[in-house]
Order: sequence, then C-alpha cells, then structure tokens
Amino acid sequence: MTDAALDAPRGPKPRPALSRRNVFLYGTLLVVSVYYLLPLYVMIVTSLKGMPEIRLGNIFSPPVEVTFEPWVKAWSSACTGLNCDGLSRGFWNSVRILVPSVVMSIAIASVNGYALANWRFRGADLFFTILIFGAFIPYQVMIYPIVILLREVGLYTDLFGLVIVHTIFGMPILTLLFRNYFTTVPEDLFKAARVDGAGFWGIYFRIMLPMSLPIFVVAIILQVTGIWNDFLFGVVYTKPENYPMTVQLNNIVNSVQGVKEYNVNMAATLLTGLVPLVIYFVSGKLFVRGIAAGAVKG
Amino acid sequence: MSSVSVRDISLNFGAIRVLQDLNLEVEEGEFLVLLGPSGCGKSTLLNCIAGLLDVSDGQIFIKGRNVTWQEPKDRGIGMVFQSYALYPQMSVEGNLSFGLRNQGMARDKVRERVDRAAKMLQIENLLARKPAQLSGGQRQRVAIGRALVRDAEVFLFDEPLSNLDAKLRSELRVEIKRLHQKLTNTMIYVTHDQIEALTLADRIAVMKGGVIQQLDVPHTIYNRPRNLYVAGFIGSPSMNFLDGEIVAQDGGLVFRLGSHEVPLQDYVADIDLRPAANAVFGVRPEHVEVFQGDADGSKPTFPAVVDLEEPMGADSLVWMTLEGQQLSARVEASRRFRRGDEVRVAFNLPMTSVFDRQTEDRM
Amino acid sequence: MAEVTAVSSASSARTKGRPNPLTRNLTAKIAAIPMVLTASVIFVGCTIWTVVYSFTSTRSIPRLKFVGFDQYERLWSTNRWLISIENLAIYGILSAIFSLVIGFVLAALLDQKIRFENTFRTILLYPFALSFIVTGLVWQWILNPDFGIQKVVRDLGWEGFVFNPLNNAETVIYGVLIAGLWQGTGLIMCLMLAGMRGIDEDIWNAARIDGIPKWKTYVFVIIPMMRAVFITTLVLIASGIIKVYDLVVAQTSGGPGIASEVPAKYVYDFMFGRTNLGQGFAASTMMLLSVLIVLIPWAYLEFGGKRRD
Repeated sequence: MTDAALDAPRGPKPRPALSRRNVFLYGTLLVVSVYYLLPLYVMIVTSLKGMPEIRLGNIFSPPVEVTFEPWVKAWSSACTGLNCDGLSRGFWNSVRILVPSVVMSIAIASVNGYALANWRFRGADLFFTILIFGAFIPYQVMIYPIVILLREVGLYTDLFGLVIVHTIFGMPILTLLFRNYFTTVPEDLFKAARVDGAGFWGIYFRIMLPMSLPIFVVAIILQVTGIWNDFLFGVVYTKPENYPMTVQLNNIVNSVQGVKEYNVNMAATLLTGLVPLVIYFVSGKLFVRGIAAGAVKG
Repeated sequence: MSSVSVRDISLNFGAIRVLQDLNLEVEEGEFLVLLGPSGCGKSTLLNCIAGLLDVSDGQIFIKGRNVTWQEPKDRGIGMVFQSYALYPQMSVEGNLSFGLRNQGMARDKVRERVDRAAKMLQIENLLARKPAQLSGGQRQRVAIGRALVRDAEVFLFDEPLSNLDAKLRSELRVEIKRLHQKLTNTMIYVTHDQIEALTLADRIAVMKGGVIQQLDVPHTIYNRPRNLYVAGFIGSPSMNFLDGEIVAQDGGLVFRLGSHEVPLQDYVADIDLRPAANAVFGVRPEHVEVFQGDADGSKPTFPAVVDLEEPMGADSLVWMTLEGQQLSARVEASRRFRRGDEVRVAFNLPMTSVFDRQTEDRM
Repeated sequence: MAEVTAVSSASSARTKGRPNPLTRNLTAKIAAIPMVLTASVIFVGCTIWTVVYSFTSTRSIPRLKFVGFDQYERLWSTNRWLISIENLAIYGILSAIFSLVIGFVLAALLDQKIRFENTFRTILLYPFALSFIVTGLVWQWILNPDFGIQKVVRDLGWEGFVFNPLNNAETVIYGVLIAGLWQGTGLIMCLMLAGMRGIDEDIWNAARIDGIPKWKTYVFVIIPMMRAVFITTLVLIASGIIKVYDLVVAQTSGGPGIASEVPAKYVYDFMFGRTNLGQGFAASTMMLLSVLIVLIPWAYLEFGGKRRD
C-alpha cells in the first residue's frame, strides 16, 4: 500500500457497490419504505376487490378480478347513519369549506405578517406572542365559547361559521410564516418604496406580493391539506348535511348498521385521502418547506 | 525528499473538471500558499490533499507515502478551517483532546499534548471555556491548536483568516508566520488575499480554472509574472497594461506605443524577445516615474496628461492618459497634480513585463 | 431599531411636532385588527371563559354558579377520565421516544449523500399528508384480526399466531400508537434532516481529520449541536399528542369498551354528546394545564436564551 514505487493507489479509492455500508444503508431504507408504503398499497388493492375475494384471500394479495364497483358505491351510494348518497356530498361540502377558508385565512394572515414585519406598532409584539402561544392551546379549551359566539351571530352550523373558525386557527402558523418571510425582504427596498411615496397597501400589493409568490404557494399547500384533513371543527361547527368529507368518511366506515363492506370503506378512505396526496406528490419540495417553515421556526 | 507531492491530480464533479492534471511538489518545512479567486480550485486541491475529497485520477504522496486511498486521519495532517469548525458543545480542552482520546491515547499523554499546544498558542487560560465564549481570534487559535496536538507532519489551512476583521487578520498573520518559524512544519495555506500570500509564503502557487498558473517565490511572482492573469491578479493598485507592438529598430527592439517608442534594451526577458504585432506592456504604478517640468534627460520620457489624483495616505496614485491609454503612477504624497496638467513619464525598464496578446505569456 | 425611530421622528417633524401615537401607522393597525381580535377574544378570552366556567355547576346551559373544585373532583374520580389519562401518558411517552429515535435515525440514514434521497423522503413523509381519520381507518383494516396481518400470518402456517391489538383492552393503545407513528415520524425525520443540513460541513471534515468514527460524531458532536431542534421537535410532538382525537375516533371509537379513550375525546363527548358542559370544561382545563407544563419551561429556555445572544 505505502510503497511509492507501486502505481496501485491511484485515482479514486475503489468502493464496491455492495459494501457492508451500502447493504446496511439501502437495505434499511428499503425495508422502512416498504413498511411506509404498505398501508397505501393495502388501501388500493382492497378497494379494487369484490367482497367474496376479500373474505377468501389476504389483504396483501393483488386483486384477481379488478372491479371499480366499490369506488362507484363509495362515491355515490354508500350509507352513513342518515343518508345513502355516498361521499360525493361530503366532497362538495369540503370544497365549499376549503376554498373560502384558504383564501380568507391567507389574505388575512399575509397582511398580518406584513404589518408585523414592516410596520411595527406598539403592542404588535404582544399580540403576536399571544397568537403564537395560542397555537399550542388545545382546541378543546376554546371550542365551546366559540360555539356560543357563532350562535350569537347566527353562524353556528353554517358553513361560513366553519370558514371563520379555520381562518382563526390557521392564523398563528400562517402569520408566523409570512412574517418570517417578509422580514427577509431587504429593509432598504421597503425604505426606498416609502421614500417613493408608496403607502401600506401600495407596498404590499406592488412589492411584497409579487416578491413572495413561493411563500404563498407554501401557505396554500399548508392550508389545503390542513383544512381538508380537519375532523374536529367539521364535526363541531356543522350540521349533518354540511359535514365535510372526513366526517362523512368516518360515519360511513364506522357506521354500525348493515354488513361491513371493506372494499367500499377502503375506496372511500382513498378518495378522502386523494386530495392531500395529490397535492403532496405534485408540490414535492414546497410541501416539505411548508411544514419545516411552520415547525422549526415556531 | 519533498514533503507533499501531488502527481497528475484530476478531479471531476460530473462533467465539470475542477482540477486538471495538476502537479505540485512541496518541500520539507516549506510554507506554500495556494492563491486565487473563489472557484479556482484552490480549496478543492487542499481537500484532496487532506483526503476529504476523492480524486478522479492521479496520486498524492505525503512524506514519501502514497496516501491516495488513505483516510484523512491516517495521512499525518492537521487542518484549520475557515469557519473554525470547533465542536460547539465541548470546551476548548475537549476540542483539543477529542481526537487524541478517540485514538485511545493515554490520559496523561493527552494532557501533556494539550498543555503544550495551549502554551504555544497562549490559550492556557481559555481551556475550560466553550467556543461560543471566545472571540474570533481566540477561536482561530483553538482551531490551530486542534491541528497542533495531532503532531501532524503537514498543516493545511483553508482560508483561516477570512472570517476575521482586517486588524485581527494582520495580527494573526504575523502569529502564523511566527508559528511556522517555531514549528518548521510543512504548511499549505489557501487564501484569496494576495497580501496574506505575499507576506506568509515561501512560495506561492497562483491558480485559475483548476490549473496552477505560476509557482514561485513571492518576489518573482510579483516582479516576473508569467502571464497576464498573474500580473493582473497580484499587486494593489494593479499593474498598468498598455497595448502596442514590438518592432525591431536600430539593431535593438522597441515597444511602440502609438507615436512613441520605448526602448527595450534594459528589459529582463523570460524567453527570447522577438517582434510581435500585438503585445502588452505591463508596468506597476510604483515603477512609473512622473516629471513635472523638466526631466533629467538620462532616460527616455513620454508625454501624458493628468486625469485625477487619488491620495492614499503614505503616497498618492496619479491617473494619466498616455497615447489614449490609461496609466497610473505611484508618487510621493506631498506632490500635487491637477486635472489637465501636462507631465512626462519614464518607466523603470528592468521591472516591467511585456506580454504576448495572443498567448498572454510574458516574453 | 435606531433607524426606525429616525424615520418616525422625521415624520413627526414634518407634522410640526404634533406626534399622534394613535394615528401613526394607522393603516397597519387597522389591518391587524383580525389578529388582535383572534389573540384577545379567542385565544385569551375564550380560554379564560372556559377556565372560569369549569368552576361552575354548568350542565347543559352555561351558568355562573360557582361550586369550587367540584367538577375536578368528579373528573378525577371518573374511571373513564383516569383511563384517558393513562392512555395519553402511554401514548405520549412512547410516541415521543419512538418518533425522536426513529426520526433521527432515518434522517441520519438519508443524510449519507445517498442516491434516490428524494424518493425515500417522499415515501417516508407521505403519510403526514393524510388525515388522522384516513390513518385510523387504514390501520383499523390492516390490524383487523379476521382479514389483516393476523390472518395472513395464520394462512402462512402459524395457526396459533395472535396479533389483535385493537380488540384487547390491554393492547389497544399500542395499536393506535403504531398508526400514529406511521403518520407522524416522517415529519420528525424531515425536521431532523433540516437540522442536520444546517450543520457546517467543516464540522464533519474536522471530525474526519480527527479520525472520529461516524456514529461517534453523531452521538458526541451532532446531537449536542442539534439540541434546539430536538427540543422544538419534542414540544411539537407533545402539543400534538395532547390533541389526539380523530385518530382514536376513526381507529377504535374509544373501544373496546372505554379502553382507548383519550382526554380530547372525553371533552368532546361530555360537551356535545352528554351535554355535561361542566365536566367538559374541567377536562379541557386539565388539558390546558398539561400543555402549560410542557410549554412554559420550553419558552423560558428558547426565548430566555435568545435574548442573551
């Protein structure tokens, strides 16, 4: 090895592809990946089987005869305790909750974050601190007083009431996200705009907004998945015909009446998970950035 | 026997060739500086010597041992990083001793080594502190100490002073030089700061694009730059470059600058000087003499017009136009120039360089 | 800050020395009204309201008839609450330990400059995009004794194999834990990975030159350096655990019997199922208390430390 006369140690050190390190490393990751993917796989294969096949086979085997019947049934005719028009009603309810909630929560939180980052006023830090600590208060503590407040203004069990609730509880994390982002915008740019005579809204719409599109995308991802996946607020602040998809899914699957149709249940579960999954796989790194920005800096 | 020997090293990151067939011999006890702008491959070369990067081709020898495939810890090196890279949760003592303890060295022997290094660097009273409690200069000293305790044959420095302010930098520069005199180890030092290079180095390797442009003692690098790149990179304020041509005249050669001719009989050539249509005349500001009024007549002078004066404290820089080209000269601070003044300039011919415009090499 | 005051004094000079603290930044203050209302009315107001009413005899209609600690005494003598607390403790401690350890190890594996890093990360994180309802239902199906893992293993020949955590009062909370970890460790892994990526590459180089083995570098250098990430992650896990509700509702509905009840479900059931609001208020106040026990030391460490820098 150390003999200078030999030409052997030359160039890159040979590293066998099947070294013990690599086998351990990739082996572990592969096993873990299989474990993580298993539930998704099970959901898919179960939802494509007929009930007789489910009773006979095991949950990991691929479907012998692929059928989309369970999907159709889950979407249009599965029964909760109350009605039998499937998940479609919940899907559209969720959409009707989601769109205004996302728009409203992001609009308000971005302006909040902007005011906090660039227009500091007396007391701003106090309210911001309360807001951030508020994110840690268990929702259960505030649930009932909010019911009373919404009832007072006539919005209890109304979809718009739920939109307000989502806006309120999305505010801490989103405000933090926007505030942190806006503080990275060079102070001098902000000063230059003020010298040029731009005011609060002028700077927000003409300078901050165009510069911050990525963070808006991150916020949208965060809110869409968060609100779509919500269960507690949906069940507390709406009435059965307004139930969002998650609540309806739970009612379908855990309904005690009738024979359990596991294939329909799994199809319904997949359908409900589809929206956040698609967002997740499409957005990729932005999703990670969203949760990391929300969590680490918190 | 050379202390570090780099033979035909190449390094590629995918399709990007960072180092190309590079050769370098560092003598025992030598202080060698790798100098160049960021991205020239100097830190990459240092990391290859340290073993932190795998080379794509070639060999590295340290003290005659082929270490090309060896782990950094087995190469007999100590390294100081730009960001210090101290272990933040350990005390200074812990930072110095962590590597030794890990080798299984006896406790009292570790103690002895740490004490010796601490004494040499005058950080004995800091041993119990955490890095966060130290100033930038102190951290740098601890980082050097960590290399010191390893009893390494070769010390590698990766821009160790560039995170410090100007004053501290010049202080630590002197200290590193003293340290080298005391230890007499081989040291390889990477920097983009030419003052550091000129003051510290026994020899300087000027790098660009993964290739060593010139490797020589500082004096030669400064006065006989091998090509236009080295000439322009070294020196502040930088060298003047005047375009013109070399023609034969009266049995000798002259550099023709528009309507003027600079005789080249006192010029010190690297290779045989020959006529060239496209040439560059390079002269440092301190080698340009400016005459207001009558010149002494002993050497040829040329007319120029003053553009502006830049006082720099100890001396001043005068910017002039000569035959439509910019020229600067270093003059005594007491002299006064005004825009539009007509002056005459002379060149200190033995200290100038003439380059071929095509090859960019010195002639 | 000095520059901000300079700007403000300049603008007040323009208005002939009549600084009006109320109208300065007026638009910003108006724009912040939703935040001010949320912080004061909802987060402070509603929380205080609930705490106050937890000391009353309220049943179906809130009434300010104070009864001292009666609701709490009843709460702590209710079997279902005690089981909820026990479950939360088991679930909380195990899930904190496992998600930190698994999350860190996975992050360390992904940090080895491996190929397909993005693919692996995508796979490990996707459950986090799914709701607890979906998570609970899938795992209810996989752990189903008649069709799930137990049946598959029995079909392979081990006739006596038993793996039926959800139908056994002793083990049901571990079944919930499996699902919870599947959903949440990806996030922890991502946070840890972000923390590792934030560490100066030269620290690793220095350790290599010192000849420190990789695992030792992780244990003695990297983990101590990531202390802040660990603490933040732990606070995040803790505050998430206390809110655990939908997972249990979907996976076990609190069963078998009341074996997998959790405090959040207790609150909901007493408030909206049994209209025994007072119990709900007392139980939710206990939840708030446990959050504060975690939060206050953390805030002290985190923000007390930052001021000193």
